[in-house]
Amino acid sequence: MTERRLPILHTSGPPQRPAKLIDDFTPALINQGAHHLCPGCGEPVAMRLIMEAVEELKLAQRTVAVFGIGCYTAYSNNLDVEVVQALHGRSPSVATGVKRALPGSVVLTVQGDGDMVNEGLQEVLHTAARAEKVTCFLLNNGVFGETGGHMTAATVLGQRTKNTLDGRSAEQHGYPIVIGDLIAGLAGVAYAARGAVNTHTNVARTKRMVKDALQIQVKGLGFSFVEILTMCPTGWFIETGEAPEYLDEHIEPTHRFGVIKSPVAAVKRQH
Amino acid sequence: MSAVRERQFLEGASAIGSAMVAAGCRFFAGYPMTPFTEVLESMAKLLPAVGGTCINAESELEAIGMVWGAAATGTPAATGSTGQGLSLMQESLAEITYARLPLVVLNMARAQGDYFQATRGGGHGDYRHIVLAPCDVNEATVLVQEAFHLAATWRNPVLVMGDYYIAHTWQTVDVAPIDFGPTPPTDWAVDGSTGGSGRAKLISPLGDTKRTDDVGYDLAEFYHRRGRELDVMAATVPPRAEAVFVDDARLVAVAYGTVAKYVRQAVYDLRAQRLPVGFIRPITLFPFPTQIIRDAAAHADAFAVYENNRGQMVEDVQLAVLGRADVSSIGGLSMDSSGFGIAPDLDVATVRTRIRTALEALA
Repeated sequence: MTERRLPILHTSGPPQRPAKLIDDFTPALINQGAHHLCPGCGEPVAMRLIMEAVEELKLAQRTVAVFGIGCYTAYSNNLDVEVVQALHGRSPSVATGVKRALPGSVVLTVQGDGDMVNEGLQEVLHTAARAEKVTCFLLNNGVFGETGGHMTAATVLGQRTKNTLDGRSAEQHGYPIVIGDLIAGLAGVAYAARGAVNTHTNVARTKRMVKDALQIQVKGLGFSFVEILTMCPTGWFIETGEAPEYLDEHIEPTHRFGVIKSPVAAVKRQH
Repeated sequence: MSAVRERQFLEGASAIGSAMVAAGCRFFAGYPMTPFTEVLESMAKLLPAVGGTCINAESELEAIGMVWGAAATGTPAATGSTGQGLSLMQESLAEITYARLPLVVLNMARAQGDYFQATRGGGHGDYRHIVLAPCDVNEATVLVQEAFHLAATWRNPVLVMGDYYIAHTWQTVDVAPIDFGPTPPTDWAVDGSTGGSGRAKLISPLGDTKRTDDVGYDLAEFYHRRGRELDVMAATVPPRAEAVFVDDARLVAVAYGTVAKYVRQAVYDLRAQRLPVGFIRPITLFPFPTQIIRDAAAHADAFAVYENNRGQMVEDVQLAVLGRADVSSIGGLSMDSSGFGIAPDLDVATVRTRIRTALEALA
């Protein structure tokens, strides 16, 4: 396999040729590709996956996305699907109201771990238990990124944050909630999976999970959920380039990759 | 829906439920709490029969979130609780107002301690809700229907103040739909269909401009604009009050809700004894009938405000009178051990004595 490298541009003198856009990888359903999130943030990649999946499944004209509050809220007015912006933690209930009023629509939420696992834990659990035919996407970076790197309920043991300076300890701060597994244990849940956006392989796997979850909603099989582990080098206080590896080494051992529950897996287990 | 006038003997809570369905309400979510519980029960029976949805939410937080979502689709939606449950909903109620969504909220209150919560807004920021205060079941069935019309007209939450008496009194009421006239189109509502058009709809308490509009969310611009819209609403919705014997009264008694019925009867009794007393009952608590009270202050010497709380609406009466007459509070907390708002002081003879005492203090 030949490796593609971009040419190195010398900055010691004026440019030899005018700048030009080689390609625009912005999905059709995201209005502007440029974002104001930090370098190395995984959330724009996760948003790209979700929007590409909506487009490829031809769901754009029946989708309503309900946003929580976090860094990713920067996308709530940057999408070409209809959006209802909700409060911190409350989007699963708002999504419930939209879906019950419009049963033919495809309703998804975009939430972070601070939003879903801290502020709105009961909302997502009740929505899952009610088997609402909505899809909740959790962008989990294990930290409150927007406030500058504070502990969430999903922060793994040992992780340093601004209010766990010596690392999260079970004795002082309790244990992380492994939300995907918690949700998967509820009877109303048809599909639960955990992916990540730290490598191209994981991005591809996660996109399949996102598509499966949306199709499960379209088929009316029940509540579907995809947790997407995202990098937050700013909130993890590490170099941008180290974040993908840090996710594998520190976050994944607690929040394990893989499909946790699916109708297909249930059928397989029976045989 | 049948257009036939439907007179039925109903408990207040059921009458309110029937009125909501008659007004077009098709989505209701709530969490049981006396005396709101009975309204929720009524909606759970009525809504499925007309193709609507009623959800017994897991908490008030879920209930207000669900109606937020339903309202965003343009479906006439309502929720409610007692003041205690509404306290839990305040964060969402504030943001729903910024997001310009029509919604009807019932406060089946315990006593009258929620006046500040209702009229000042228990939540954050500079927002306003229209607040209607019926005094009996009949008026409640009319005002509840009007609440849906006002909510749709102004794309704003409208609060209806009920109480334990209104919830539980049986009365013969007319629950046929009332035509309040046309409302603006709901072309702002989401249904998914504008996705991929380049101008997909956005309903957000942070603003309605998108990144493609150059600036994206501009909270400063948006909050100023919402403020101006709320000013227009406050200046346009006509304040309403019932006024009796005000023209030649030395002392005007002021009260709202169920309590006002007792005060009104006491004023009638005192007038029969040729005492110069009058009565004003605010029907809209926001916008408050300031001018109606101010006009009465041109010739009345004093206002006596009767509330079943430690004195809340009395501040609005003082602001209306602006020193032109004395304003005193002659009500006070009155409840049994349940705290539900069954008031031993709600007795016409007791109220009559307090008004007479206030009148005698003038001489």
